[in-house]
Parts: sequence; C-alpha cells; structure tokens
Amino acid sequence: MERKNSKSLKWITNISFFVIAFITLFPILSLLLSSFRPSTELMRKGISLTLDPSTLNLDNYTYIFTQAADYWTWYGNSLAISAITIILSLFFSSMVGYALALYDFKGKNLFFTLVLFILMVPFEILMLPLFQLMIKMQLINTYAAVVIPAIVAPVAVFFFRQYCLGLPKELMDAARIDGSTEYGIFFKIMLPLMTPSLAAMAILQGLHSWNNFLWPLIVLRSNDMFTLPIGLATLLTPYGNNYDVLIAGSVMTIVPIIILFIFFQRYFVAGLTVGGVKG
Amino acid sequence: MLPVPKSTKQETILIKGQNQFVKFLNSKKVVPYIFVLPFILSFLILSLYPSIQAIIMSFQSVLPGQVTFIGTDNYSRIFNPTFFKALSNTTIYVILTVSILVAFPIIIAVLLDSKIVRFKTFFRSSLFVPALTSTIVAGMVFRLLFGESDSAAANQFLNWIGLESVEWRYNAWSGMFLMVLLCSWRWMGVNILYFLAALQNIPKETYEAADIDGATAFQKFRYVTLPFLKPVTIFVTTISIIAGFRMFEESFVYWPAGSPGNIGLTVVGYLYQQGIQQNDMGFGAAIGVVLMLIIFVISFIQLILTGAFKRGDE
Repeated sequence: MERKNSKSLKWITNISFFVIAFITLFPILSLLLSSFRPSTELMRKGISLTLDPSTLNLDNYTYIFTQAADYWTWYGNSLAISAITIILSLFFSSMVGYALALYDFKGKNLFFTLVLFILMVPFEILMLPLFQLMIKMQLINTYAAVVIPAIVAPVAVFFFRQYCLGLPKELMDAARIDGSTEYGIFFKIMLPLMTPSLAAMAILQGLHSWNNFLWPLIVLRSNDMFTLPIGLATLLTPYGNNYDVLIAGSVMTIVPIIILFIFFQRYFVAGLTVGGVKG
Repeated sequence: MLPVPKSTKQETILIKGQNQFVKFLNSKKVVPYIFVLPFILSFLILSLYPSIQAIIMSFQSVLPGQVTFIGTDNYSRIFNPTFFKALSNTTIYVILTVSILVAFPIIIAVLLDSKIVRFKTFFRSSLFVPALTSTIVAGMVFRLLFGESDSAAANQFLNWIGLESVEWRYNAWSGMFLMVLLCSWRWMGVNILYFLAALQNIPKETYEAADIDGATAFQKFRYVTLPFLKPVTIFVTTISIIAGFRMFEESFVYWPAGSPGNIGLTVVGYLYQQGIQQNDMGFGAAIGVVLMLIIFVISFIQLILTGAFKRGDE
C-alpha cells in the first residue's frame, strides 16, 4: 500500500519537474521560434501559443545580416568591452586575491575587510559621482568609461583569495630557493595553478559586462558606441520599424552564451555562485 | 691595486643602484603591496572618493558650472509622493522576490538532491539557463508573451480557462507581477545551485541517525535539512534583498519611457530619472544616500534577527 503511494508520488514529482523545466525554457524557445516569424506582426500581436508554420521564414535573419550595420557595431562594442573587462579585471583581481591569501603583511586584514565592505555597497549609489568623474576626465562615450569601474572587481578578488588559500605555499618557497623572483613565482607558477578560478571569473565578468545595462546606458551617448543591451533597448519603442533587428538580434545575443554554457557548464556554475565559496 | 677606470666605476654604481631597487621591488615585504596596489587605487578613486562625493553632493544643488550648498533641501524634497510610490513598489518587489527566490529553490533543491527525481543534470542545467540572458532580452520576450492583445500567449491562456484578457503593463498588480516574474525566472536556477551545494555538505550520518529514530520524510526535512540550510538561507536572503533594492532593469524594460501612474517606478529608477534624465545630480545623490541607509538598516536588522552577532558560529 505504502509502496504504491510512494511510487505515484515519484511519478508526480518527476512530471512536475518536466513541467517546471518546460515553463523555464519556454520564453527562450518561443523567442527562437518567433525569430522566424514576421516581426512587425509579432510586435503588434505578441507571441502566441499557436503557430502557423506557413508564416515561418528567414526574413529577419536575412535583414540583420545584410542591412543592419548598426547591430553589428553594437555587437563589436559588446565583444570589445567584454574582452577588455575580462582581461583587465582578471589580471588585477587575481593579483590582489593572491597577495591577500598567500602573503603576510601589515594591513592585509584591513584590505580584505574593505573588499567585503565594497561588495555590500550598491553600485547605484556611487553612480552619479562616478559619472561626474567620467565627465571631468572626458571619458564619456568611450570604452574606458564603461570598463574602468569594473577593473578591480571585489567579487573576483574575494573568489581568487578563497581559491588561493587552497594552493600549496610550499611551492612558493621551493621556487624562491631556486632563485625565482616573487613576480616569477606568481606569473609562472601560481597563476597557471589558478586556471579553474580564472575560467570561472572570466565567465562571471564576461557575462556581467555582456549583459550590463545601467552604467553603459549612462556613459555611452552615441549609437555607434552602444553595447547590445543598450542598442536593443532603443528598438523597444512602440513606433519602431526595426523589429526584425530586435527579434533576430536578441536571439544572436543569447545563443552564443548558451552554447558556451553547454561546453563550460562547470565554470559557469562556479562563477555565478561565487558567494557560496566558504569563507 | 689596479686603478679602476672612471667610467666603469660609474657603471658599477649605477648597476648597484639598479640592483638595490630591483631587490627592493622583489623583497617579500614590498611585493604584497605592489600586488594589492590596483585594489588600493581602485578603492580610493572608484569607491571612497565617490562615496564621499555622493554625500557632499546630496547637500548641494549641482547645475552645470554652478554648485551651491543648499543644506538639507534635497532631503526634505525627497519626502514626496513619487518617492514614496517608488519606495513602496521597491519594498513590495523585495518582499515578493525574496520569498519566492528562497522558498521555491529550497523545495526544488531538496527534491533534486533526493533519489526521487531522475535526469537531475538536465533539470539543473535548464533551470540555470535563464541566468545567462540579459534582463533586456528576457524582458522583451516577456513583453511579447504578456502582450495586450488577445493573441498573446498569457491572454490566450486566460481566455482558454475562461478568464478575461489582461492589459498586463497597465495595471498596478499585473505590472508588479511582470517584474517579479522576470526576476524570479532569471534567478531561480542560481539560487537552486546555492542550496544544492549546501545540501551536499550535510553529513549522511545525520540522516541515518534520523532513520534509526524512525523519522518521517517531513520530519527529516524539518529537523535535519532546514537547520543545516540556515547559513545559506541567510546568505541568499541577504543578496536577494540587496539586489531587490537595486532593481532598475526589470522596470525599465517594460516601461522605457516611464510607467503609467508610476506603477513600475523603483528607487533606482527614480534616482536615474532625477539624477541623469533631469540632470538634478544633488537630488539624485540624496536618493542614493537614502537608499544606502535603507539597505544598511535592513542588513543590520537581518543580522540581529538571524543571530549573526551571537557568539560561536553554528
């Protein structure tokens, strides 16, 4: 009797999980399908649960690949800004996290406390003074304005510190005996050991700057400097005539990320659940 | 003794000096400071300076080329109906998203961790995928699914079960629903992973002991699982509260030009509107300072309530 009960419970749970997964993936799947539908009609009527297969065509994609130069400018900006952010923030944050974990020096605890403190301060509060600063430095409408606030990411510093705490300190001593400089130890011996954490943080920083919205919205002023989210948002008007770019462009904004996710799942998960690292 | 030619002597001194400098740069005392230098600089320029500047600005009227000290005028101006609307919207949003993003992930994670559910990896990954999308793209899709016309998916469904169509973006309750839904959809999978990681740290013996005592599945959940999940629950709640008060994009994507009757206005949205769009930076800064205080007070209350200040970690 009880066994029968638990068996049906198992079925119900498993089926509800399929339902949950379907509901979760539904918006993405419906976007994919809709990108093959006439876009103006789509914007007027919304995405329907019913689909007339005869209306499916490649027009949106043909248009975006042949006519939409703006879109590719935004794509280039997004790629460039994400790449610069990843490289700089990984370089600097890994250095800081490494030193906080593996050296003993005065002020170390103070620095670490400051890192944790900045983690708690919402960026939005610093936004207006930073905006003023960017105006003073004449960096408005440049990549630099977008990238600078992200160069030393407290999240990444925290993550690298936790990771480095688990690295063998003996390696550093051995290298010192062999006559390596402290910088040589970092770049040639320890940094390679940090590769998994570098991958996780590259994904976190990359995803963050790929999807970042409010700050770039403030400091980027002209259409040719926009990133993808800003550019796509400009098309979200009721009177637009670029809905084909909006729909197909959205697909091409998220699909590369999903493909990367399929191959590097482990690092995505590690990167996006940073706070779960034990302190 | 051989006389040393002058030039060589000079060179030796130079090299010696260089060596000393290199040695200094490479000494174990100096190296860590060089490594943390980027952080010190970025802290001073990009965190400390703007924080102080934000507080100073909040007492000023900041117009292009004309900055005047105006005392607490900005703060007295804040207490207006629009700000209260923004604050109440944000608070409701925080309460709803935090409850949803803690309760559901716990249940789903516990089930995913149990032997009942199959295809765990598939479920874990599919629930995680929304976190990869940008709020703007996801919000655009939600706008299309929750469109005003009868042919949009949400209304089709309502009609199908015999209800009237809803103009989703034009009612206070449905506007809030759309924002909460978008946020919950994007973060559910990430929070599930937090709880899953914590569940894997519960020692198996605890469950075995409970089995011997004849505990039911629910009792095990209530008296073994939940207490073990307390630290991660506090963590997830804290980040969700802070993220909730920072919310901007979820509202912007539905109403880029402002929402009817401010049904979607949030505190950061108000800050953006006043500080950037109206160029009233002093007032915007004051909104930021108030937001900061609210977040501090809430985090502090939460720390007391959850016993983080009690001695001895659990």
